[in-house]
Amino acid sequence: MQEPGTEGALTLRRLTKHYPGFVAVDGIDLSVAAGEFLTLLGPSGSGKTTTLMMVAGFTPPTSGDILLNGRSVTGLAPERRNIGVVFQNYALFPHMSVAENVAFPLRMRRRPRAAIEQKVAAALDLVRLAGLGQRLPRQLSGGQQQRVALARALVFDPELLLMDEPLGALDKNLRAQMQFELKRLHGELGITIVYVTHDQEEALTMSDRVALMNKGAIEQLGAVEDLYERPVNRFVAEFLGESNVIEGRVEPAPDGLGWFIAAGGLRLPVRLDAAGPPPRPALLVIRPEKLGFANGDASGIPGTVRELVYVGDFTRYRIGVEGGIELILKAPNNRHSRRAGKGDTVRLALEPGDAHLLAG
Amino acid sequence: MTEPRRGGLGLWRRGRRVWRPREGLLVLPALVFYILVYLYPLTRLLAWSFFDPGPTLKFYGALLAEPAYLKALSNTLEISVAATVLSLVLGYPLAYLMATSGARARSLLMALILIPFWTSILVRSFAWIVILGNNGIVNRTLLSLGLVSRPAKLLFDMTGVQIGMVHVLLPFMVFPLYGVMSRIDPNLLRVARSLGAPPRRAFAKVFLPLSLPGVAAGCVLVFLLAIGFYVTPALLGGAGEITLATMIDMMVNTLLNWGFAATLGVVLLAVVGVIFVLFSRLLGLHRLTAVGEEGAR
Repeated sequence: MQEPGTEGALTLRRLTKHYPGFVAVDGIDLSVAAGEFLTLLGPSGSGKTTTLMMVAGFTPPTSGDILLNGRSVTGLAPERRNIGVVFQNYALFPHMSVAENVAFPLRMRRRPRAAIEQKVAAALDLVRLAGLGQRLPRQLSGGQQQRVALARALVFDPELLLMDEPLGALDKNLRAQMQFELKRLHGELGITIVYVTHDQEEALTMSDRVALMNKGAIEQLGAVEDLYERPVNRFVAEFLGESNVIEGRVEPAPDGLGWFIAAGGLRLPVRLDAAGPPPRPALLVIRPEKLGFANGDASGIPGTVRELVYVGDFTRYRIGVEGGIELILKAPNNRHSRRAGKGDTVRLALEPGDAHLLAG
Repeated sequence: MTEPRRGGLGLWRRGRRVWRPREGLLVLPALVFYILVYLYPLTRLLAWSFFDPGPTLKFYGALLAEPAYLKALSNTLEISVAATVLSLVLGYPLAYLMATSGARARSLLMALILIPFWTSILVRSFAWIVILGNNGIVNRTLLSLGLVSRPAKLLFDMTGVQIGMVHVLLPFMVFPLYGVMSRIDPNLLRVARSLGAPPRRAFAKVFLPLSLPGVAAGCVLVFLLAIGFYVTPALLGGAGEITLATMIDMMVNTLLNWGFAATLGVVLLAVVGVIFVLFSRLLGLHRLTAVGEEGAR
């Protein structure tokens, strides 16, 4: 029995938070499907944590509505929302054992003792901490503490799990391991997760969809691939991964192709969107790995290698081309990929479909 | 990895003695000072209470035989317990407010506590005489409001002593409490709420237990200060509120009975010692030194 438009496990409608002097969250709309792993990604101050705090019930919104499985929870106290929250600093109760921490939400719900013991054991098993129930939090490593926090947030079968930069305090290897664990848990439990991070790699590896936030608004919402391959604006293109962004205009040619003419006169082949007229002025986004060195002959964009950095799996080139423009090129370090040295005159190859046009 | 034993002064490690003589020298100046101005007089004090001039227990006998002395002891304990409890009741919400409010409100509260704290105890006790006297602001207000028909007796009895002492001692309760509370992670309370605890239960199950080291530290500090308090009871108390400290003063300055004054001093010291040991047994002495270590994580 769901009202139209409330089909998501979590729906935000025009959610807004004003603080004296600035707008933290500026009327965002968002719908998270049941069982989805959605990441709020953005630089610090983009409003992602404020959004999470409003969903959890710790911060009252200025206006707008929060719906959990179709029912509004906007005015509800956090303890009545049935949402699990995991913080970056774990926030384990230091005076309680691991088992007591995990039992806490069940005790608050006054479940029978036997049921509590059984659920706590199952939850600790789930996060692979069986047998550590009697330890105090401070006797555990950072990764283990985060697992306890996770078990505690899952043990009462919440309708939604919120995670605020949960892996931020862990070192790189442990973080990769925990990302994997989280994905496993998400798959096993089928729980809806809203995850906040400023780390794009984390967002890319874990999420079904990403909402990229900036200045209190969602710039783009979509699958990771959409955001990366088809950014809707310059902010998205530049925030996610590396981009060459060039300003200029478009000159149509037959067969859905055209030329992008940069301010300095550089001409690049582009595929034009059949739907409408090309944007003007326009921006061209080229991911560094889409560029390559042309094979021998005179075709391609002429340029000079200004700098190159060997980064293990690939080499990153900075190449000066016509009109004072610099392009970044990433070439994989394998036998099929052509190389160049510093100062070499090169020709760059670009497939028309590999460059992405934006309104300037 | 060898970890230094907690509270072991660094002299013991894994039960093996590691006395480092050169670093040990750093203790010397303080040690000399304490021996000269503390340990030596203390020994003399003990001696006075047991000799007159030959060995005797007559001072201790007199203490037990004379109800007035025991009354002074029970007065002292009663006043100290009441001052501790009152300070806790007034100080806990205040410290809680300081620990949980914004920076501005916190500095304002801190200033309100610190300014009287920096004022001399003597000045403050005299001020209370002016405020609480028959013609003082409290009584004049009560009279003009018609709440009393003649001035209420607020001075030179237990009421005056309690008001004055709590006023002086409150900061000693608030500071340790605030110190511990401010290190309790606010996320702990948020998480407790999200896990299903209404505000009161979140407080009772999470904040209160984590603030207990502060409660213990504050109570011991206030109680130990209260038990030897002299100025305020002497100025604001009446004949019925003789405490050990005022009685010692009387013995020394009026009756010139140094032997008996020394005996009272030894009793006072013994009471303080017993309370301290009891507390450390009950709560662990480390809570007084490592205040709030639990909540700090």
